[in-house]
Amino acid sequence: MAKYKMHILICGGTGCKSSNSLQIIENFKNILAEHNLTDDVQVIKTGCFGFCERGPIVKIMPDNTFYTQVKPEDARRIVEEHIIKGRKVPELLYTNPENKEHVSDSKHMDFYKKQIRIALRNCGFVDPENIEECISRGGYEALGKCLTEMTPEQVIAEMKASGLRGRGGAGFPTGLKWELCAKNKADQKYVICNADEGDPGAFMDRSILEGDPNSIVEAMAICGYAIGATKGLVYIRAEYPLAIERLKIAINQAREYGLLGTDIMGSGFDFDIELRYGAGAFVCGEETALIHSMEGQRGEPTLKPPFPAVSGYMGKPSNVNNVETFANVPVIITKGAAWFSSIGTEKSKGTKVFALAGQINNVGLIEVPMGITLREIIYEIGGGIKNGRQFKAVQTGGPSGGCLTAKHLDTAIDYDSLVAAGSMMGSGGMVVMDETSCMPAIAKFYLEFTCEESCGKCSPCRIGNKRLCEILEKITDGRGTMEDLTELRNLAAVIKDTALCGLGQTSPNPVLSTLDNFWDEYVEHVVDKKCRAGVCKKLMSYVIDREKCIGCGKCAKGCPVEAISRTEYTAPGHKLASMVIDSTKCIKCGACINNCKFGAISIH
Amino acid sequence: MINLTIDNKAIQVPEGTTILKAARMNGIDIPTLCHFELDGMNFENKPGGCRVCVVEVKGRRNLAPACATDVMEGMEVLTHSARVINARKTVVELILSDHPNDCLQCEKNGDCELQSLTKRLGIKEIPFKGATSTYRKDSTLSVYRDMDKCVMCRRCETMCNKFQTAGALSGVNRGFQAVVAPAFEQNLGDSSCINCGQCVQVCPVGALTLVDNISDVLKAIADPTKKVIVQTAPAVRVALGEEFGMKPGEIVTGKMAAALRRLGFDQVYDTDWSADLTIMEEGTELLGRLKKALAGEEVKLPMFTSCCPAWVAFYEKNFPDLLEYPSTAKSPQGMFGAVAKNYLAPKLGVKREDLVVVSIMPCLAKKSELAREELSVNGNRDVDFSLTTRELAHMIRQCNLNLNDMPEEDFDSPLGQSTGAAVIFGATGGVMEAALRTAYEVHTGKKLPKIDFEETRGFQGIKEATIDFDGFPLKIAVAYSLGNARKIMEEVRNGNPNGYHFVEVMACPGGCIGGAGQPYHHGDSNIIRKRMEAIYREDAGKPIRKSHENPEVIAIYKEYYGEPCGHLSHEQLHTHYFDRSDKLEATK
Repeated sequence: MAKYKMHILICGGTGCKSSNSLQIIENFKNILAEHNLTDDVQVIKTGCFGFCERGPIVKIMPDNTFYTQVKPEDARRIVEEHIIKGRKVPELLYTNPENKEHVSDSKHMDFYKKQIRIALRNCGFVDPENIEECISRGGYEALGKCLTEMTPEQVIAEMKASGLRGRGGAGFPTGLKWELCAKNKADQKYVICNADEGDPGAFMDRSILEGDPNSIVEAMAICGYAIGATKGLVYIRAEYPLAIERLKIAINQAREYGLLGTDIMGSGFDFDIELRYGAGAFVCGEETALIHSMEGQRGEPTLKPPFPAVSGYMGKPSNVNNVETFANVPVIITKGAAWFSSIGTEKSKGTKVFALAGQINNVGLIEVPMGITLREIIYEIGGGIKNGRQFKAVQTGGPSGGCLTAKHLDTAIDYDSLVAAGSMMGSGGMVVMDETSCMPAIAKFYLEFTCEESCGKCSPCRIGNKRLCEILEKITDGRGTMEDLTELRNLAAVIKDTALCGLGQTSPNPVLSTLDNFWDEYVEHVVDKKCRAGVCKKLMSYVIDREKCIGCGKCAKGCPVEAISRTEYTAPGHKLASMVIDSTKCIKCGACINNCKFGAISIH
Repeated sequence: MINLTIDNKAIQVPEGTTILKAARMNGIDIPTLCHFELDGMNFENKPGGCRVCVVEVKGRRNLAPACATDVMEGMEVLTHSARVINARKTVVELILSDHPNDCLQCEKNGDCELQSLTKRLGIKEIPFKGATSTYRKDSTLSVYRDMDKCVMCRRCETMCNKFQTAGALSGVNRGFQAVVAPAFEQNLGDSSCINCGQCVQVCPVGALTLVDNISDVLKAIADPTKKVIVQTAPAVRVALGEEFGMKPGEIVTGKMAAALRRLGFDQVYDTDWSADLTIMEEGTELLGRLKKALAGEEVKLPMFTSCCPAWVAFYEKNFPDLLEYPSTAKSPQGMFGAVAKNYLAPKLGVKREDLVVVSIMPCLAKKSELAREELSVNGNRDVDFSLTTRELAHMIRQCNLNLNDMPEEDFDSPLGQSTGAAVIFGATGGVMEAALRTAYEVHTGKKLPKIDFEETRGFQGIKEATIDFDGFPLKIAVAYSLGNARKIMEEVRNGNPNGYHFVEVMACPGGCIGGAGQPYHHGDSNIIRKRMEAIYREDAGKPIRKSHENPEVIAIYKEYYGEPCGHLSHEQLHTHYFDRSDKLEATK
């Protein structure tokens, strides 16, 4: 077996893959072969590194050089310069936006400095399609420890002591959940992994499954041992083909290695995992809806109790945990609850993975300790707001969460502080907005999502969210009244108070939090008929300054609806008559502004 | 026992009681919309979806649905706090905002639970204006669907899937577009629907209604070239009175006959008469099969009754491999039609085409049954129109009559006389009991020591008994709800381990008395119980209580049919069944 001197790690996550990273891998292999280096340098396709903003990522080990935005044709330079001659390729290194210096080692990059990677520990380090790489980094050690040194009760006690809470959004203590399920006697129990990640823009679970599927396989087996289940089911959305493929590979390899199946590690414990595909309904992330969907029923929630721990899949006790929750489990077992609970805040232990998105410099996947502030995430890890604009709001928790403002920037993030601030942890979506975002329009965006994704079972969610959406549409169209704002608040409160499941109970959060934090902006929309962000098209008008217009007519040529015509007025100093926009025809597409080189067109 | 307070009143209720029930047991009537229960009849719908019954529970973050939340020790419940009333009103306003505002023209006007809820909550305007969800209209011969009115209570779905296991209706689409419909948006008529109509009986609003045939009947009556005769089913006479303010369980047989005459029917006959005829045919068929079985011949047992058209549709769709098990006897409606068109028409001196046979039924499936091709001769149906109890009540009111004021009149002869055995057809177990009364005496040649078979009576979903037929242990079962029937059919498919000889099946709760064409009971199971009591009261009061002793039945065999299961009766009074499992293909 070859002893490699160097490793080239190339991101094979969905993002980098769609930026042609597979071709990069191919090129590396060919070029290394050309130079007879295949026995010295190993090319590894890894899971996501997290810094998706700068993908595709290529990392050279052992010197930890982090190349960004690599193109297939760059492979030759990296091999010939870096691998052969030991000279790094500066143009491909990350550049610190502040001092414009190249940073070679990812440890020194702001994006990674404050991160602690527990759930993502193997993502970007191992080939997710090779179980041996995972084992070489401690994979399945925890399972071995559980099966050989711990009783199921001890495993549960360790989980409880760790303080791990559900990473799917609600934050229910994981150890307690396991204990409740373990207590129920039944001929069959199930461990269910909720991989129905549905928040718009969130891809934590996908990245874990793509980058380190073995951690989930291992954790599910541990859970099965703890609660007395021999069957595991992963409910995964069919839109995640790569995650499905890698999970299947991991399950098959685990079976081959005796880490799944009967009599695992000679312990007498049997456990195996099957996949169930979801059709991508957001509500199926709710555990009862998820279970019904797996049973072949309509994916809609039912009332709890009975909880899945008592009557879940096929009426049997079932324990449902989210992907990220499971990803934490093996580390807790190997490093201990005390270590895990030393990270985080009093009531929220460990780390949380966020999908950082929006108007921020460093978009990507980050894992940070609980208790970090929004400021640290946005300005240090995230590199601040794009194009030097002003921070306006950050949306956490996806469609169930809320919008927080500058006053919350120094809040230490954990489950409870986010709820107190009017938002929630959710599954980890984090969208940063600058002054070009209109808050009523943002609320409307999320409500449209909820309306689409409501199962339609309970009236407040089915009809109420639709009405919220319609009122928001009125407001953003400039037809809103102050009464609408009152109705909006009342209706949102009633929906929150009466809806059947978590989806409906939290769907008004984007409305309520923006009403609380951006009241003035709502009032402007309804009273002054103004959208300060310039987003609500119906509240805008495009105007040509006839003194500045030279009458070139470029604006009229580019107008898709022929809303611009020539006047009879010629401004002093100009040769041609000025142009004018017919506001009744204008669709506010902005083409004229882009075409005017004289700054004569403005938005009012 | 659990101690709690509801509206500051300390109460004690058994563990496992819901807040809704605990409140109602203590005189506090929390309004509901989706919740629906037929107490003791194995039907409960509590998806917790409408959120009308929400209450405040101290210490709980959000409001709790009273219908689906169990009481807990020390619970403090408020059912009418400002928060609750605001939420409840808002929820109903939301439902109204997605509901057509056409109450005055709605079939359910005056009988609509959403209408009464709106009135009760004092809602006078709907603050929400916006889009309304729409869906195409659809109809079978029995059921009319206007899903624009659907409030997603899911009662129909529970009825269809849990109670009947017909599996025709379920939630489809998501969010605002969610609606209850057959799979793949099929038309109901192309689905696994069996037209039992129980979805209509439980629908709180006008989303599911019956197909109204009143105008067809009025037109026939007005046509001078037609002779229009009517037959009335056993269960109608114990329920029609409810439509005119009488107490449930009042028997209005005579008043009904009088009203029918005043509506312009030329002759007023009784389906009870043909129920006696059915017993003669079905009882003889049973004895025939038993004799063959005892002689060691290959014969299909158990024999199932075949009076209930929803049941017939159900086994044709779901158990096409067992089509030889049910009795080939037509239903009483069908037998009456056959006798009327073949035997009576010439007697009355009219051509078959000019005799219009109308039936008054507690049932919606009868509207579909009469359209079966094998129940027609050259395109002329044996029964032309079937009206439900509710339609008859409408017609009586439309014609300026009040049932309360009607005199007691008799049915016309010769298809009007009936026995107590016929009237109990209206309740679950009745056909079985009627058949036993006749089969026993015919088989043994002895008088029944006791005419009442208590073991076939009551609301148990499946009743089983072994009847001593003079030394022969006859094993019987009685089921109502097709879910229960399915269990027995599956047993039969697996070799009939219980050794049943004869099984009665009725689709509706409690049998025909709980039929879909009966006055709406709105989930008050006591109404159905009262109707059952009335059925057995009517039976007990009859001078003749065995079908084979009905003089008009004896007479028709003498004069026309010869003998039960004879050649002519086989031609006219028996039928055959078809494999209709292709209707289930889409859902497989």
